[in-house]
Amino acid sequence: MEFQLAWRNIWRNPRRTVIIMIAVIIGLWTMISLTALSRGMVNDMIENGIATLTGDIKIYPAGYHDDPSVAYRIGDADQIVSGIKKILPAGTRYARRIKVNAVASNARHSGGVTLAGIDPEMEKGVSFIGNGVADGRMIAETDKNAIVVGQALLEKFDTRIGHKLILMAQGADNEITSRAFQIIGVYRAKLTSTEKQYVFVNLSAARKMLGVGTDISEISISLTSHDEAEPFAREIRELLEDPDIEIYTWKDLLPMLKAYLDIFDGFIVLWFLVVFAAMAFGIINTMLMAVYERMREFGLLKALGMKPSLILRSVLLESGMLLVIGALAGNLLAAGSVAMVAAKGIDLSALATGFEYFGMSSVIYPEIVTKDVVLANAVVVILGLAVSAYPAAKASRITPVEAMAHV
Amino acid sequence: MYSYKRNEMPIVEVRGVNKVYQQGDIRIFALKDVDITFDSGSFAAIAGPSGSGKTTLLNIVGGLDLPDTGEVIVDGRNFGEMSQGQLAQLRLNRIGFVFQSYNLIPVLSALENVEYVMLLQGVGKSERRERAMAMLEEVGLGDKYNNRPAELSGGQQQRVAVARSIVSDPAIVLADEPTANLDSKTGEGLLRIMAGMNEKRKVTFIFSTHDTMVMDYAHRLVNLRDGRVADDQIK
Ligand SMILES: Nc1ncnc2c1ncn2[C@@H]1O[C@H](COP(=O)(O)OP(=O)(O)O)[C@@H](O)[C@H]1O
Ligand SMILES: [Mg+2]
Repeated sequence: MEFQLAWRNIWRNPRRTVIIMIAVIIGLWTMISLTALSRGMVNDMIENGIATLTGDIKIYPAGYHDDPSVAYRIGDADQIVSGIKKILPAGTRYARRIKVNAVASNARHSGGVTLAGIDPEMEKGVSFIGNGVADGRMIAETDKNAIVVGQALLEKFDTRIGHKLILMAQGADNEITSRAFQIIGVYRAKLTSTEKQYVFVNLSAARKMLGVGTDISEISISLTSHDEAEPFAREIRELLEDPDIEIYTWKDLLPMLKAYLDIFDGFIVLWFLVVFAAMAFGIINTMLMAVYERMREFGLLKALGMKPSLILRSVLLESGMLLVIGALAGNLLAAGSVAMVAAKGIDLSALATGFEYFGMSSVIYPEIVTKDVVLANAVVVILGLAVSAYPAAKASRITPVEAMAHV
Repeated sequence: MYSYKRNEMPIVEVRGVNKVYQQGDIRIFALKDVDITFDSGSFAAIAGPSGSGKTTLLNIVGGLDLPDTGEVIVDGRNFGEMSQGQLAQLRLNRIGFVFQSYNLIPVLSALENVEYVMLLQGVGKSERRERAMAMLEEVGLGDKYNNRPAELSGGQQQRVAVARSIVSDPAIVLADEPTANLDSKTGEGLLRIMAGMNEKRKVTFIFSTHDTMVMDYAHRLVNLRDGRVADDQIK
């Protein structure tokens, strides 16, 4: 009967009830869908960061992280990989690379680049270059002086496929070495800065140019889940126990991203509270109006012997119903609208000029995370009830004599 | 003038009650030195012109308002020694109220309105239903049980209020001008119902009125004037 009474009471003024429900629905909808969008953006930043030759876990020769020079190398990469393969799950991918700073030049231009010597097969599923090229062809095992560059670099150097590019770098013997390559393919990356930075040659071509024998400069490991990077990195460290080797996770290698992730949850809470604050005024106002209109009734109930705590409870029950129904509808709306755009993603290229700064692509795939949904609902329902306590207390404190004088 | 002799078993005792309202600079003496007792089972009217203190007296007897001085004892309980919560509990279980208007919860049907006090008392659902239905039939509204107050006439609404005041099995029912908004024929019908309940169940009824027809039904007539008991007679 309490539920029936509360239900009928909230529909005494359908217009008002609908307005407050719409406020709750829109509030929750914005909370959940915009949070899903920002989660999508963060995911994208993580994916891009990891795909840009970072990987989930990276094994460096000691010293390379602080000074990425050819002087620091790993000689027994095959042995290391076959060792850690035993502790990492199936589906994990490994890529061995030579990576050094170099200067690229042609007849008209020159500029600093990162020269990466790769095995194209191994890069599949590890880094963006594993996805292949947009134009021309990918470097093959047998290519001796073929190079793949980014579209932005091609434009910057005013060159095209088939033309030559000279690379200059410090060799293993500390002497400057240089070599001419022929551009055979052009890749596209999500960020133009990436396209300008990385040039790719075959691993053996890079080894030969730098005179490093069969050494490499890094092993990049791609796990099935980014969240497992830390526990596995710890296991690898324990397994190898090699002072000549350093193991990093993507969080170590992308410190800005990690810092951003660390405050991101805090931002979400803050954002929820801001949206709620706007909603709270509506809730308090509506409930106060509803309570003032019925003061005579509350007076009557008190005259009949209803305890103030029960009146408080009945008003809270009414606002709880409004909040829960509004919240349910808001969740459905948010789930529906996110599902609608999640498959294709949202193209933000119209606004995208500034996004690159943050390492983000222009198409974002929003993601609904359970804990965000739980938090948004908790904020709306629990804080909603908390602010309804004020009108409810007003109702419970009226005396029958005051109520009878109330018009 | 003061012709009433007290009986052994008073259900209501009002002793030396004064009530003053302050309105700006003016002090209004709503009740002045009121001493009055009502026996269990009485059917008493409190008469007097508007502003004579009838509502104030009923509110004080019902524990809705507290006197400035004096003592009120109802059903053996001294209000001066009771907390608000205890007073509410006493009202819930021992006192029924019928007001002049706004007696019913608009979103509840006639039956549900009668049931509601029993819900607060903690009576189980089926017993509630049964007793409320029987009571509605007793006041002649068995066929209107499912109607909301807005679908009932003024007289029918007051009958529902009487049914509700009685259904919780109180010791005393206080009715403040229950017929004031009714035409004389409807008002008389309501009085008959109340008189019948008083007869059958021995429930004490104290009602205020300035309607002579209503006074005719009373077994005792207390006249208030300017907050004082001017006249008190048993018929
Ligand atoms: N809440 C109040 N504030 C100020 N004066 C009041 C209040 N309630 C009643 N009064 C005054 O007390 C006197 C008695 O009122 P009341 O008991 O309502 O009389 P009745 O019910 O006989 O018309 C009146 O003069 C009335 O104006
Ligand atoms: Mg009055």
